[in-house]
Amino acid sequence: MEKVLTRNIEPGKAPTDMAAYEANGGYQGLRKAMLGMSPLECREVVSASNLRGRGGAGFPTGMKWSFVPMDDKCTPGHKYLVCNADEMEPGAFKDRLLMEYDPHQLIEGMILSAYCIGADLSYIFIRGEYVVAIERLRQALVECYAKGYLGDNILGSGFKLDMYVHPSAGRYICGEETALINALEGKRANPRAKPPFPQVSGLWGRPTIVNNVETLCNIPHIIDRGAEWFKSLGVGEDAGTKIFGVSGRVKNPGCWELPMGTPIREILENHAGGMQDGLQLKGFLPGGGSTDFLTQEHLDLAMDYNVISKAGSRMGTGTMIILDDQTCPVGMVLNLIRFFAHESCGFCTPCRDGLPWTRQVLEEIEQGRGKTEDLDTLEYQINYIGAIGNTHCALAPGAMEPLQSALKYFREDFERHISGSCCPYHSGKGA
Amino acid sequence: MSNAKMIQSDISSVLTSQEMAEIDHELEHIPYKSGAAIDALKIVQAGRGWVSDESLQAIAKYLDMSAEELEGVATFYNLIYRRPVGEKVILFCDSVSCWISGCDGIKQTISDTLGIDYGETTEDNRYTLLPVPCLGACDRAPVMMVGDDLITHLDDNKISEIFASSKSGGQS
Repeated sequence: MEKVLTRNIEPGKAPTDMAAYEANGGYQGLRKAMLGMSPLECREVVSASNLRGRGGAGFPTGMKWSFVPMDDKCTPGHKYLVCNADEMEPGAFKDRLLMEYDPHQLIEGMILSAYCIGADLSYIFIRGEYVVAIERLRQALVECYAKGYLGDNILGSGFKLDMYVHPSAGRYICGEETALINALEGKRANPRAKPPFPQVSGLWGRPTIVNNVETLCNIPHIIDRGAEWFKSLGVGEDAGTKIFGVSGRVKNPGCWELPMGTPIREILENHAGGMQDGLQLKGFLPGGGSTDFLTQEHLDLAMDYNVISKAGSRMGTGTMIILDDQTCPVGMVLNLIRFFAHESCGFCTPCRDGLPWTRQVLEEIEQGRGKTEDLDTLEYQINYIGAIGNTHCALAPGAMEPLQSALKYFREDFERHISGSCCPYHSGKGA
Repeated sequence: MSNAKMIQSDISSVLTSQEMAEIDHELEHIPYKSGAAIDALKIVQAGRGWVSDESLQAIAKYLDMSAEELEGVATFYNLIYRRPVGEKVILFCDSVSCWISGCDGIKQTISDTLGIDYGETTEDNRYTLLPVPCLGACDRAPVMMVGDDLITHLDDNKISEIFASSKSGGQS
């Protein structure tokens, strides 16, 4: 398969600087757009490519951009493009790779995306712990200004764009795009009510697009090589390639660029090397900590957005977390619920008070003090907290996804904890 | 926190000219002063390790915000420290992939070695231990950061090596 997003990335190799990036075809997409394509033409190519957001939701990128007011429909003033590089989903580790090893690819994608929506200011909102990526992106920005790829009159086109790296002060909810915008405005990162959507009223009340790192990294290639080429890369329903990852107790954890629609079994067995000796696969979260468990029976499914949705989960970030048969599913869900309870922004009651309640019930069960009726309590919480519309944003419903599917597939494990008054796994990992 | 004291205090007696210059630099592309709240907290913390009440009040005044509003921002974020921390903060990943890979045992080893639990600082002031949400290095779990360094594939031996010179430093 042709490598696209990772063509400049080799583990252990030095990160790609301007010279290396350009030597391998870098900034050709930018040249092509600046020298002969209008923003509308560029946007049409992206729409036609069927690129869907790689941050987790899978929303079509071209459609997202189409809501941004253009030309005379837009009141004078700034428009913003923001890169969501706040990779904090438990089990997700793909954007780190893209930023640490090929920062120019992201920046070129951002310049082109800003051109498409007419933005003149752009931010890379990156988690503060990614110190290496922050440093390399900043170096790359200096190289871009020196080359005239950023600043006034980019490549003589008249297009103007400034770009800043903005390290976050750290909170999972900043990954939600309206919370991210509040954080960029120096506020507490509570998500905003929608509408208005950020495309119309985002950062400082101005039209704003927030896109994930991997989404933006696709843009230079789509502009350079066209929508049909991009669509031809997928082997299933969806277009392009995807960074898929596997973590947990497999032989070779890691992430790999593969065609969209690659079967789960192929990722797990050919790339992750299968389970470590002595362990069996019990289940897996296909796309990070806020996606529903799938099991053995789903291994032949294609990693496509709609296919995974139909199976009752979400492709999310495409970075899978593997549950083996010697790790306690109750303990694993408890770990996730603890995370979400800690990272709740506290704005709405079902999330702020509901998630700690769920955590408390799970702790009781995991520590052998659970009662049969606790399972009914968990079902109640799933139905109440998990329903979109009962909470201000998708954090708490997302937290309920691994829990509800664990109860569906691993109910016996919950029951054994309760009937035996202890955790049957004795894995030494504690609770 | 005394409001009266805050109002009387001269900002420049608290914030250094370099800190103010860095905050001004951020303000160049921010339309409202309060928009630089998080940047300003980070700038001050970068030099001092944490944000004291005195610093918080001075920053708030500098940005035309109430100290209470800025406190709401400061306490919201995981990486703004409102209490003193050691020379290096250990950000220990306790999220799901690290948990599956046995991070609870590693955390215990760190606690035993350094004599500190989450939220505590060693007596020699070298390390503060904090949990952190998923560090995005799940294929190399378990992982942690010590200062700016990401340390992967943690096991008990690695912990002993890293903290060799601080062994039982917490108790001594």
